[in-house]
Amino acid sequence: MNALYSLFAVFALVVIALVGAGAAGMEQLFGLYIPWLAIAVFLLGFVAKVIGWAKSPVPFRIPTTGGQMKSHDWIRHDKYDNPATAGQTFVRMALEVLLFRSLFRNIAVQRFGSAADGVDVKVRYASAKWLWLFALIFHYSFLVVFIRHWRLFLDPVPSFIVALEAVETFLQIGVPTLYMSGAALVLGATLLLLRRFLVPQVRYISQAADYFPLFLILGVALSGIVMRYWAKTDIMAVKEVTMALFSLNPAVHIEGVGAIFFVHVFLVSCLIAYLPFSKLMHMGGVFLSPTRNLPNDSRARYHRNPWNDPNVKAHSYTAYEDEFREKMIEAGLPVEKTLEEAAKTEAQ
Amino acid sequence: MAWNVKPEELLQYDYKVPQKNWMDVPPEFKPGTWCYPAKAEILEYLNKATKGDFPHIREWVPTDADWKLPEDWRERIKKGFRERLDKYRSFKVFMDVCVRCGACADKCHFYIGGGDPKNMPVLRAELLRSIYRGEFTLAGKILGRLAGARKLEEDVIKEWFLYFYQCTECRRCSLFCPYGIDTAEITMMARELLHLVGCNINWILEPASNSNRTGNHMGIQPHAYYGMMEFMCDDIEEITGVKVNCPVNEKGHEVLFITPSGDIFADPGTYTYMGYLMLFHEIGLDYTWSTYASEGGNFGLFTSDRMMKKLNAKMYAEAKRLGVKYIIGGECGHMWRVLNQYMDTMNGPADFLETPVSPITGTRFDNAAGTSMIHITEFTSDLMKHGKLKLDPSRNDDKIVTFHDSCNPARAMGLLDEPRYVIQNVCNNFVEMPEDTIREKTFCCSGGSGLNTDEFMEMRMRGGIGRGNALRHVQQKNGVNTLATICAIDRATLPPLARYWAPGVEVYGVHELVANALVMTGEKPREVDLRQEPLPGME
Repeated sequence: MNALYSLFAVFALVVIALVGAGAAGMEQLFGLYIPWLAIAVFLLGFVAKVIGWAKSPVPFRIPTTGGQMKSHDWIRHDKYDNPATAGQTFVRMALEVLLFRSLFRNIAVQRFGSAADGVDVKVRYASAKWLWLFALIFHYSFLVVFIRHWRLFLDPVPSFIVALEAVETFLQIGVPTLYMSGAALVLGATLLLLRRFLVPQVRYISQAADYFPLFLILGVALSGIVMRYWAKTDIMAVKEVTMALFSLNPAVHIEGVGAIFFVHVFLVSCLIAYLPFSKLMHMGGVFLSPTRNLPNDSRARYHRNPWNDPNVKAHSYTAYEDEFREKMIEAGLPVEKTLEEAAKTEAQ
Repeated sequence: MAWNVKPEELLQYDYKVPQKNWMDVPPEFKPGTWCYPAKAEILEYLNKATKGDFPHIREWVPTDADWKLPEDWRERIKKGFRERLDKYRSFKVFMDVCVRCGACADKCHFYIGGGDPKNMPVLRAELLRSIYRGEFTLAGKILGRLAGARKLEEDVIKEWFLYFYQCTECRRCSLFCPYGIDTAEITMMARELLHLVGCNINWILEPASNSNRTGNHMGIQPHAYYGMMEFMCDDIEEITGVKVNCPVNEKGHEVLFITPSGDIFADPGTYTYMGYLMLFHEIGLDYTWSTYASEGGNFGLFTSDRMMKKLNAKMYAEAKRLGVKYIIGGECGHMWRVLNQYMDTMNGPADFLETPVSPITGTRFDNAAGTSMIHITEFTSDLMKHGKLKLDPSRNDDKIVTFHDSCNPARAMGLLDEPRYVIQNVCNNFVEMPEDTIREKTFCCSGGSGLNTDEFMEMRMRGGIGRGNALRHVQQKNGVNTLATICAIDRATLPPLARYWAPGVEVYGVHELVANALVMTGEKPREVDLRQEPLPGME
């Protein structure tokens, strides 16, 4: 059900764009004002969210350590899974953000044997790198597609984007030549989607908020692909619009661009406006996760907790000895006060 | 509670998920899956000691329909939730960034051994997140269930109580999460919220209360504690012919030694305790024990940050009173989580102490410069590296040993190689369990975070399947008969686990193995080990 609702929602967005920019002729709205609004919502929302997180302190250092801590110099220190310095922590974070280190570690549980085998039933673990692979395909192709789009906003087009395109199209499939990143993005999103449909446990935990962004991104990618390979949108007209977007120039005359362009732009606008309010904020959150972005150095250095309550104190030794003094003396344990001294204090 | 379900019956589960949405599956309180609520007199004492941290004391049972929650329970939960979001960035970020990828799902020992989907860490966290969305986010307020939000009903509290007391805060899921979402943090917050409406369990609060009053979680009074130590010294003399010293509550020594009190009264922990006494005597360490700070294990960690701080504060208070230079801590799991990640921040800076320096080897422990507290296996491995101990590992030749990493030293600290080094110096036969079950990927004993009680035995045995299977594997393949560990809760929970899943394997503390192999000055020819069983060749 959650998946269906999400699919309908994305269809509805497509229809809105088709009707709005096509039939109703609101090209200016869909081509300029909605994207501007979406970017503003994204920027404000993103900043507000990160500030919101940053406002809550990190009272304690709680890194999840994934290897040997720094200890004796003759014991090999696992620097990047159990960092002791800021530099090592930086490398740990880079491995996490760029290579999805934790997902690479993934293992899957498997059960062998039947219940009748009693204690000899086996629970084993197997390497499980599918999720890591799917996620890597998805995120990196998305990144390349994103960077490739800069050519539409920049004039002249920087040489690294030209180079990127050369790499992307080296297979020379079709006319215009197929961008591999576009195909990979559709593939990645589809694999992640299939995983949600086909693995019962993952389906059980999936919400509309998990399907919706995947469908939305698929919609963005497919509309882009249709525009490039089938609808053959006038690329110069598109660039005129995007340059106008980028230079905040509302005077541009948007005509003859084709409805599919507005569908694409509208879906992108929805995606970027939706991002700060959704789980897609993991993009920013991963940098703020206290189990990953802190060195494991709290025994070596003192860290202050801003809300530490000095009124929380141990049950005092004095109260302890007052309760047990007689028995302690009898057992031959040292005490601070003899029975006479204690009696005198009490009398006062 | 009598519990005698056979393994083949316990294994009648699968990983199927219900057809219904999880929000429509009500919590079910089956025997063996929940712990008894805290006794009223315990709560009354704690409430007095903390000036009101344990409100709404009443008699109640989780199987009752009416939990007699306070009238304003919703407001209490909402206010408490908001306060904790503002206090902990971890909590706030973890409420927002989960993408429900499911990488954590089959990492939880309770899910692996029970198949209840609400024990998938992602879903356990959703129990809180659904309320967070409903109460604190705009999307959740408008879209409701479509945004994964739900209303705060009494069943939610019941569900929290059931599942957040089916989490041992072992952090195995956190290791695999791409954002490092730590279910232990979430469980800690949920338990704090439950305290606000008077829902808590006795097996945590009675030890916390005892630790506060008598210094140790068993409630042993100082004279009795000292009596038990003297009794152990007599045993050591009988076995080795050496009369060891046992300084207690004495001022003016260099080192204060603190270990979990579970080890003083129950086997097999007692042998580890004897091991410390023998080692320190042999090297002539200038040290003292304390009855006031006789508990390393901190049941406050499973209660609230305030209780944790309060119990932990004793260590520095006692170190200051006795005038020691630094502290050595014994073999304990969650004690080391508190010491490594919280202690200095809560109760420091420990500027009245010094950076630990081993008086025997001169090694300076710069990794503990702030806290001034080192782990016993850091200390002992250093002695061994410098050849300061005379050891006869053949005395442990009847043992084929494997090592169980305890969750907290492994995943909150990274203490992995020191205990292995110590074991390998005192045992000739050491084998590792399969790699996905050790070191940072280690499995919980399923009794951590205050759940090592007998009424919870079914869940303990279910959760124990991961460790049990790995142990059974090396037992069959390598003839392993000894499971060494550095945690007192392990020493309490692993013996029944081993009897159930890998019968024939005995549980040992690392320093019991050290003491067996330790050749002491002036000792008589040893015929028996610390358990008074004949040494190899003496049968």
